[in-house]
Amino acid sequence: MTKHHVKMTVNGEDRDILVEPRELLIHTLRDQLDLKGPHVGCETSHCGACTVDLDGKSVKACTMFTVQAAGKDITTIEGLGNPDALHVLQESFREHHGLQCGYCTPGMITRAHRLLQENPNPTEEDVRFGLSGNLCRCTGYQNIVKSVLAAASELNAAKEAAQ
Amino acid sequence: MIPAAFEYHRPDSISAALAILQDHGDDARVLAGGHSLIPMMKLRMADIPHLVDLQDVADLRGISVQDGTVSIGAMTTQAELIASADIAKAAPILHEAALQIADPQVRYMGTVGGNIANGDPGNDLPGLMQCLDATFTLAGPDGSRDVAAREFYEAAYMTAREDDEILTRVSFAGTDAGYAYEKQKRKIGDYATAAAAVLLKKDGDKVSSASVAMTNLSDVPVFSKAAGAALVGTACDADAVKAAVAAMLDDIDPNEDNRGPVAFKRHVAGVILGRAIARAWSRS
Repeated sequence: MTKHHVKMTVNGEDRDILVEPRELLIHTLRDQLDLKGPHVGCETSHCGACTVDLDGKSVKACTMFTVQAAGKDITTIEGLGNPDALHVLQESFREHHGLQCGYCTPGMITRAHRLLQENPNPTEEDVRFGLSGNLCRCTGYQNIVKSVLAAASELNAAKEAAQ
Repeated sequence: MIPAAFEYHRPDSISAALAILQDHGDDARVLAGGHSLIPMMKLRMADIPHLVDLQDVADLRGISVQDGTVSIGAMTTQAELIASADIAKAAPILHEAALQIADPQVRYMGTVGGNIANGDPGNDLPGLMQCLDATFTLAGPDGSRDVAAREFYEAAYMTAREDDEILTRVSFAGTDAGYAYEKQKRKIGDYATAAAAVLLKKDGDKVSSASVAMTNLSDVPVFSKAAGAALVGTACDADAVKAAVAAMLDDIDPNEDNRGPVAFKRHVAGVILGRAIARAWSRS
């Protein structure tokens, strides 16, 4: 089958990769680009562990072929923060014990990031509804929701201070 | 889970997409949001030698409301439906239903056209489109044709669309009727155990028109003409709702699956329709 050159922006860097059409975006990110943040969970588009941001949408990278992402701008958890400079959401998850085993966390934070872009002042219900495509099998949802709400407050306070 | 190998096509016009379908016959299939098709390909339950990605076909996008007629391009996503002020105004039932489809990530990708044309009895929009008495426009090698939503579904995954046709748009009359889309599901992201779409118009204190359709209670969506007829002319009281539910139960034909046995599904269908009628009436 014909391989395709796919150009896309990943975490701000232009990438040009060669893929078979059947290669899923999650495998390109993890195996070709060595971005191990997006996780392979259920592989059936239910759990959201593979969530990445693509042109301002949260998508499940296990249910998209890399060729579909040609020309797109992708952000993974690695593009949000790093160990020396955590993203506000990452800091908040640490502060509020928003993770137990941590497997769902990259997907949770990547999704929460988009949610807060779209709705900077979410209610608890908004957060629960907005994160309903991400499963935590430690079932630690209470603290995840708390972490996202705290991050929203912090981001809003920082925005106000800057004005 | 890796699908079988395939050739990927990304045409930028309806005519170019149709030409690929012509060249490859039933070896080719169109890809919209992919959230029904790609999982089937990964499970190798769908083997598609030629995949035709429609994302670059601009003519398949866009929502418009003109002279009261709502027209929605097939590649419009559920997220775009939810964000549309035009839809919220001209067809709030569609806004309410789209919020109950799958989960946020799936709604960014999942499309109106895919949900309608796939023919999966679990999909929400087919029943809803029957409730709205929508028209589907199909483009094929010999031009376009229109098919009524109420005539489109033949069996599970079998529709009036031919292999060399593409669903391009859906259209229907906008409505200010009282509305409700009520869906019972086991969890977010699951298909309905039972769902009901109801539109009701009121004249004085009586129902002047009623449209009822049910989802995932047969191998096709069920437009229940008899359930609507049972409500018209009544004050939508308990007896009328009971008669409508009884009429609906005569029209559905659910199968046992992991959502429950037939008796349970029939019970849930009655409860859900009762709730949908009550909410639609309160909004009429």
